[in-house]
Amino acid sequence: MDAVNVTRQFVIFRLANEEYGIDILRVKEIKEMMNITRVPKAAHFVRGVINLRGEVIPIVDLRKKFGLPKVEETESTRIIIVSVDDLTVGLVVDSSSEVTEINGAAIEEAPAAIGNVEQGNIFGIGKVGERLIILLDVVKIITNSAI
Amino acid sequence: MDMNQYLEIFIEESQEHLQNLNQSLLGLETNPKDLKILNEIFRVAHTLKGMAGTMGFSGVTGLTHQMENVLDAIRNGKIDVNTEIVDVLFECLDYLDNSINSIASTGKEGSQKADAIIASLNNIQNNKPVAATTAKEQKAEAKEDHIKFNQYDENVIRKALQQGMNVFKIRVILAKDCMLKSARSFIVFQTVERYGEIFKSIPKVEDIEDEKFDNEFTIAIVTKEPDSLIKKELESISEVVEIRIDQIEVEVEAAAPEEAMQEIRGGSAASVAAVEEKEGNEETQNKKGKAGKTVRVDIDRLDNLMNLVSELIIIKTRMEGAGGESRSQDMTEAVEYLERITTNLHDAVMKVRMVPIERVFNRFPRMVRDLSKDLGKDILLNMSGEETELDRTVIDEIGDPLIHLIRNAIDHGIEEKDVRIANNKSSTGTVYLRAYQDGNSVVIEVEDDGHGINTEKILKKAVERGLISPSAANELDEKKAIELLFKPGFSTAEKVSDLSGRGVGLDVVKTKIESLNGIVEVESIRGKGSKFIIRLPLTLAIIQALLVTIGEEKYAIPLNVIRDITTINGATIRNIHGQEVVLNRSNVLPIVRLDKMLDVENSQSADSEELTAVVVKKGEKHAAFIVDTLIGQQEIVIKTLGKFLSGIKYIAGATILGDGQVALIVDTNSLI
Repeated sequence: MDAVNVTRQFVIFRLANEEYGIDILRVKEIKEMMNITRVPKAAHFVRGVINLRGEVIPIVDLRKKFGLPKVEETESTRIIIVSVDDLTVGLVVDSSSEVTEINGAAIEEAPAAIGNVEQGNIFGIGKVGERLIILLDVVKIITNSAI
Repeated sequence: MDMNQYLEIFIEESQEHLQNLNQSLLGLETNPKDLKILNEIFRVAHTLKGMAGTMGFSGVTGLTHQMENVLDAIRNGKIDVNTEIVDVLFECLDYLDNSINSIASTGKEGSQKADAIIASLNNIQNNKPVAATTAKEQKAEAKEDHIKFNQYDENVIRKALQQGMNVFKIRVILAKDCMLKSARSFIVFQTVERYGEIFKSIPKVEDIEDEKFDNEFTIAIVTKEPDSLIKKELESISEVVEIRIDQIEVEVEAAAPEEAMQEIRGGSAASVAAVEEKEGNEETQNKKGKAGKTVRVDIDRLDNLMNLVSELIIIKTRMEGAGGESRSQDMTEAVEYLERITTNLHDAVMKVRMVPIERVFNRFPRMVRDLSKDLGKDILLNMSGEETELDRTVIDEIGDPLIHLIRNAIDHGIEEKDVRIANNKSSTGTVYLRAYQDGNSVVIEVEDDGHGINTEKILKKAVERGLISPSAANELDEKKAIELLFKPGFSTAEKVSDLSGRGVGLDVVKTKIESLNGIVEVESIRGKGSKFIIRLPLTLAIIQALLVTIGEEKYAIPLNVIRDITTINGATIRNIHGQEVVLNRSNVLPIVRLDKMLDVENSQSADSEELTAVVVKKGEKHAAFIVDTLIGQQEIVIKTLGKFLSGIKYIAGATILGDGQVALIVDTNSLI
């Protein structure tokens, strides 16, 4: 990482037993789970589309994208709306409740592979006290997913 | 000042002006004596010059300046309008158009040279000798050449003199028959400015630019050069008759030299700025007079507004249902009122997106003019219904297909002059371009009175190109044969001109129109002419659709593709080569099970006796789409699924229903 001492804010969310982080500048909003309209013939990790104030937004199931087992939705399931350039996409996660500051110095480069997340989708591991947070590269996740 | 923010406005406005210029030039050609048209052209050229000058596009500025000169000469009756001049003016228009386009795409004017055009403009000016001297010019010389300096000027002079610089008063007298006094004075100004700074001019610079002066003007300058050099330079400018240079002397006081020079610079810069500002004001005033009260709005903002209105409609629907029995009278009235407002608002926003088709039609008279010249055919273009309105998105797309059809009509449709005369037709061919609204769609017709479509030739060609087999060709009726025209890789032009018949044939037209949810039809009578009919939906954004359920999901099927709705007894379904079909009105109707195609789970239709079928057409083909239940007809706002989901099979888009849920729109074409 070049910008060693820059502190950035990350939206933290949970998937299975891991904590993940997304640069807050990419996050437009976090919505509670809502009815998703299935889109036939879409990629397996695309849950469908939702109506976000009159705009139709595609929804990606991050569990499916990362090859994690399917779970029932709970009260705490959230959709994180992220935007990359002119693409706006919702990401379904198990829960999300926190924004954390992580200093550039506390971010380590990603090891070869973490669990099922392809390395390209991760740009680093953030250390916050004892916790290890997998920091995702939203741009890559979305551009890799686009059809 | 950063010019980039103005660039877009500049381009948009320039395009508008060029469009205007185009029309005026066409008008001038038919009506060479019309002073109003001439003034309009002059105004456009002048405005363009001003705008381009401000933006620093020297090519455009230079050319428009020359155009102004010629136009002015015409206006003053010194030159008569003839086709040559109009042709040159058209060339100018093309040059300007190219420049603006190049500015639009690259931000630069491009490297094309205007020299040739400018040369021909100059020729026009010079070939025709000057006929008369205007009365105004006769009372020249009469005025005395004294300049009054105000305090500021005196300060400038004093400081300059302190630095040992010369301050001169230059009186410039132009030839009596000088045609372009402002241009000459401009050259004088430029020449002088090479040697020093002009700080005063009588009359004012603006007036000189507007030719509001007689044959002479006086300027005062600060310079390091001796008067003899300047005099020599100025006298070498043609049409300058006399230069008188006098030293100006003012009492000299002590002051810091550095400061002085700066102030002079500052002063002249300020005066230039003032001139520019004034020009700007004049332009805006001119614009106000013509354009009335319009606002240019980015289409994205309109889309955004449209989205918000859709949201409002959705929330209104929710409010209608909310409260139930316990709702008070007041509330009910308020909701009803809200409904009226939202409906009106919706209509209003839709109207904002509508643009008269004139915007597209505008460019055709010029095109037809050029084509008829190139091909040596006399063509009359007869347009009607220019005021017909279409959605902006459609307008932007419809231009190219229409160009293609009109070119086809002129190139292939209308016969050569001698052929027409031999066939007892008027030697002038006519192309009709009509637009009109027909229910929920807009119809555009391109008709010519040429020789019609030669089906034998089409069939021969199609066989040659291997599009159909010779035996199949014999069985085709006229209509089917004409449809071959729309096949990719078909082009019937015997003479390959650079206009049409370049291999990109009517199939491109057809694809384009279909991508706009429209259809193309052809009617042709041998020897009488052919007619291409384009039918387009009024707007792309809103369509009537039938809402259906399949399993637990809701889908929308566009109403314009539905032939009818029927029930099918499950027992009557046959299986032919793995394709389910049913006999309907003595036709074999293929069955499309939407639940299977769209991977819907828990569909009821899978094992029920009575099936609900929506019969959908695609051209001549039909198919029965099996659905679970019908919800009803509804006006829906089409939204795209976006880039992320682009290319999804069988789905044409999405829409938002009254309850805020998203329903997908079935792409029936891909399913048949």
